[in-house]
Amino acid sequence: MLQGWVIALASFAYLGVLFAIAWYGDRRADAGHSIIANPTIYALSLAVYCTTWTYYGSVGRAAATGIGFLPIYLGPTLMLALWWFVMLKIIRIAKANRLTSIADFVAARYGKSQLLGGLMTVIAVIGVVPYIALQLKAVSNSFTILLHYPEIVMPARADTLPVLQDSTLYVALIMAAFSILFGTRHLDATERHEGLVAAIAFESLVKLLAFLAVGLFVTFGIYDGFADIFTRASIEPRLESLLRFGGNYSSWASLTFLSMAAIMLLPRQFQVAVVENVNENHLHRAIWQFPLYLLLINLFVLPIALGGLLLFEGGGVDADTFVLTLPMAFQQQGLALLVFIGGLSAATGMVIVETIALSTMVCNDLIMPIMLRWQWLGLSQRSDLSWQLLNIRRWAIVIILLLGYLYFRVAGEAYALVGIGLISFSAVAQFVPVIVGALYWKGGTRAGALAGLSAGFLVWTYTLLLPSFAKSGWLPSDFMQHGLFGVTLLLPQQLFGLSGLDEISHCLFWSMFANIGAYVGVSLLRQPNAREAGQATLFVDAFRATQTRAGARFWRGSAQVQDLLPLTARFLGPERAREAFASYAQRRGVASLAELVADADLVLYAESLLAGAIGSASARAMVASVVQEEPLGLDEVMNILDEASQVRAYSRQLERQSQELSAATRELRAANQRLKELDRLKDDFMSTITHELRTPLTSIRAFSEILHDDPRTALDERKRFLGIIVGETERLTRLINQVLDLAKIESGKAEWHIAEVNLREVVKQSVESTSQLFKERSIALEVDLPDSVPPILADHDRLIQVIINLLSNAVKFCVPQAGRVAVRMRQEGGMLRMDVADNGPGIRHEDQTIIFEKFRQGGQSSDVLTGKPQGTGLGLPISRQIIERCGGRLWVESAPENGKEGATFSFTLPLRILDQPEKERA
Amino acid sequence: MMTKKILIVDDEPNIVISLEFLMKHEGFQVAVAVDGEEALRKVADLRPDLVLLDIMLPKQSGFEVCQEIRANPEWDSIKIIMLTAKGRDTEVQKGIALGADAYVTKPFSTKDLIARVRSVLSLENAA
Amino acid sequence: MNRSRLTGQRLVAIFLLGCVLLNYPLLFLFNRDANLFGIPLLYAYIFLAWAGLIGLMAWVIELRRD
Repeated sequence: MLQGWVIALASFAYLGVLFAIAWYGDRRADAGHSIIANPTIYALSLAVYCTTWTYYGSVGRAAATGIGFLPIYLGPTLMLALWWFVMLKIIRIAKANRLTSIADFVAARYGKSQLLGGLMTVIAVIGVVPYIALQLKAVSNSFTILLHYPEIVMPARADTLPVLQDSTLYVALIMAAFSILFGTRHLDATERHEGLVAAIAFESLVKLLAFLAVGLFVTFGIYDGFADIFTRASIEPRLESLLRFGGNYSSWASLTFLSMAAIMLLPRQFQVAVVENVNENHLHRAIWQFPLYLLLINLFVLPIALGGLLLFEGGGVDADTFVLTLPMAFQQQGLALLVFIGGLSAATGMVIVETIALSTMVCNDLIMPIMLRWQWLGLSQRSDLSWQLLNIRRWAIVIILLLGYLYFRVAGEAYALVGIGLISFSAVAQFVPVIVGALYWKGGTRAGALAGLSAGFLVWTYTLLLPSFAKSGWLPSDFMQHGLFGVTLLLPQQLFGLSGLDEISHCLFWSMFANIGAYVGVSLLRQPNAREAGQATLFVDAFRATQTRAGARFWRGSAQVQDLLPLTARFLGPERAREAFASYAQRRGVASLAELVADADLVLYAESLLAGAIGSASARAMVASVVQEEPLGLDEVMNILDEASQVRAYSRQLERQSQELSAATRELRAANQRLKELDRLKDDFMSTITHELRTPLTSIRAFSEILHDDPRTALDERKRFLGIIVGETERLTRLINQVLDLAKIESGKAEWHIAEVNLREVVKQSVESTSQLFKERSIALEVDLPDSVPPILADHDRLIQVIINLLSNAVKFCVPQAGRVAVRMRQEGGMLRMDVADNGPGIRHEDQTIIFEKFRQGGQSSDVLTGKPQGTGLGLPISRQIIERCGGRLWVESAPENGKEGATFSFTLPLRILDQPEKERA
Repeated sequence: MMTKKILIVDDEPNIVISLEFLMKHEGFQVAVAVDGEEALRKVADLRPDLVLLDIMLPKQSGFEVCQEIRANPEWDSIKIIMLTAKGRDTEVQKGIALGADAYVTKPFSTKDLIARVRSVLSLENAA
Repeated sequence: MNRSRLTGQRLVAIFLLGCVLLNYPLLFLFNRDANLFGIPLLYAYIFLAWAGLIGLMAWVIELRRD
């Protein structure tokens, strides 16, 4: 049943389905409803990583080395964990700078260098050709095997057939046709192919399902599950070693590293991951979904390998074909066909995307620059080159596929599938240093990149590519045994005597050594120039928000819209160019194209439009040809960069300083105010004291002089005057004492004798001292004290001073004869409280604070003789200080406005807190 | 010769006594006021020839009283001698500026005071 | 955006974890003649560790969305 035409029909039908999906996807995209705006579709598109290498080759590798097939998939898993930072940065940069391929990316970074772009393209093409060959080999082999169903016959060696009878050639040409159909129908400024992505996502699903189907069939259909297969394998001595890892750990590490590089740097991977990305948020889910895909598709590899080895004893069947031959051996036609389609799917997916990516690079970074330089082609005069560009790409696809076929014939038999693939991986690994430097090292220069790439590529060619030709017999193999020119140190697979590594690890080591060494060394030979520095900032600082129109900052010159528009039209086609400019004008709020001003932003915009079509390096060259550019020197670029950051830093500094200044000014002003206040207070105090001291002195002097000058003064007058002198002297003394006292207390220089004091005793003593005063004025005194009071801690003499002051005040302010003073003491809470109440005129509310101020007296006390208030005005302030010093409070209560007579002065003093339990309250 | 009338304005009783004695001893007629209000009343009532004016008075300061006396043109002929315990230059200037005829600081010398009084009243000094 | 940075750093940590788990010498530890339910130890370990890493990545990323 599985005749050739059935298989062919099924194949074409499948490819037709793929194409239909692609076409539909493109239609929807043009209408604005993208069908691929889905993170899972993005993740599935990444699965183009899994080609026939995964499909067929893994089983082959597993059959040879057991677990050794797996690092190729572990590497991407690990790498994707880093994508959160790394890939996001790459996508941002690529979108911001309209970069359309990996060669474009590197070229743009290192000063928009066309030479670098060209070198990258050459390495990519040569590196990927073996990989394409591998797909061709897989498809043609599987086709041949299936054709011989139900017999299982291995296909003949590739180079034995004459070319025109070789089905592989036709496979190559058919794939070329499909690639052209999928990818070169029109020129897009962003190089997006939404339909293609949809088709790739679909084919990823197909190959996964097909592989899982055959895996399930082998594990559970032929055998009885995983355990069954493994147990059977463990009893066979030749298979038992496969259950453990018998290989070299260095090869495990190298393969992991290589696959980490490959998942990013293979042209097809860069295409689907970066260029075709529609929304950077899709990245998030893909980071774990893609590794999950890898896990699923590898689950059954080892069981299938072991199953095949168990079944096909004798080794007549190539392990690479187990996926197909096992179902065939059990007459599962449908499954076998499905498997074949799955393999075809894997191959075509890879080939289409890879060749499209490569053709873009070849066109933009290799052919265009050359053509633009060759003036004789008259290209600068042609007005519409878009058709030319498409044709160049189509031819590039065909040639690349033919190269793939060529490699297949020349070297395809020397290796198993995986071996060929690893050669490609090692080639793209040469991009790692320049990419890492592009993203993270501003010091990488164009010269350094060129040196690194060249060195690495040379080493790769010598240690892997040429040996692969030699092993197939296409090159003489003496250099393999004896080294180049017979120099043993130059043995291609034991360079400089480094032996013991498998050829992949060996190549990796030396190529990275040469690559990184040359890249870093040459980059450090001189400073990056203006353009490199500008681009470096754009790339390395891509996560900083200031990069929106950063490119325009580094451009200076003059341009005309009349030049830019036709230039763009030449490569994009006239309508597309007009459309683009018109939408740009609209975004800028300009009414029509005619009013558009050709400033740096427009030039940049035009350049980025062109970059989509012809690559950034060529775009730059074209734009440069129509505008008058004034090249910026490195100093100027650095100045622009520095200025921006300096200005920011300065303005921040200025703001801060002015804030500090105003704060300082405020503080100074406040301090000044305070000082002036204090000064005034001091002056007031001084003048008050002066006045108070001089007043009694005046009387003393006056009367002394009077008595002295006139001896005939009457006796009674003499007595009177002397009395006044004595009185005033006393007054003066009192005043001086009190002033000094107050000064000492306030300045803290007074001596305090704090001890246990019995307040009852103090009160009694004070009452005794003032009893004379009371008698003189016939003022009644009531004393009400509790029988015993707990002791307090205070200065005994000072307390007497206070109570005497209060008593004498009370006396002074009482009306003679009718006055009554009541003294009371009681315990309140943890305090002793004393009240001295008089029935005098009371103290008005507004005076109640004044009386506690120095030299101030309140109300109308009357001295019998002179009617002037007695006292210094310092008594209460001093008393208050003393009470407060002993931990208490002194205040007055009086309300003459309300009709209540008299005033009550009260103070509290805290009880001494003893360690023993307190005595009972009174 | 009419006996000169002197008004003593001071709130310190003892100082009032001493000034009273001194002025009476010199043969002047003496009146007393203990605050600014009373002083102005007595100036209006008695039309003294000289006012011995203390600065530190309750309720009104001596400066204000001086100002008020000088504000009245009828009282231009009344002499004013200011007395105070504050002796700063600024006070002196202020007093003179307000129209006082002389300024005496306390404690004063009795001889000095009498001499000032006499000179302000344009009387010859007693021997 | 800080949440995003945290996620990114967690993923870097998972990367480092993966490098350790899936390489010499840990790998060597499991490279023995033993079985886990009939499945060779190394095979089981690698796939379990691999699945575990993927699970961790999924958790860290999807958790961020909540």
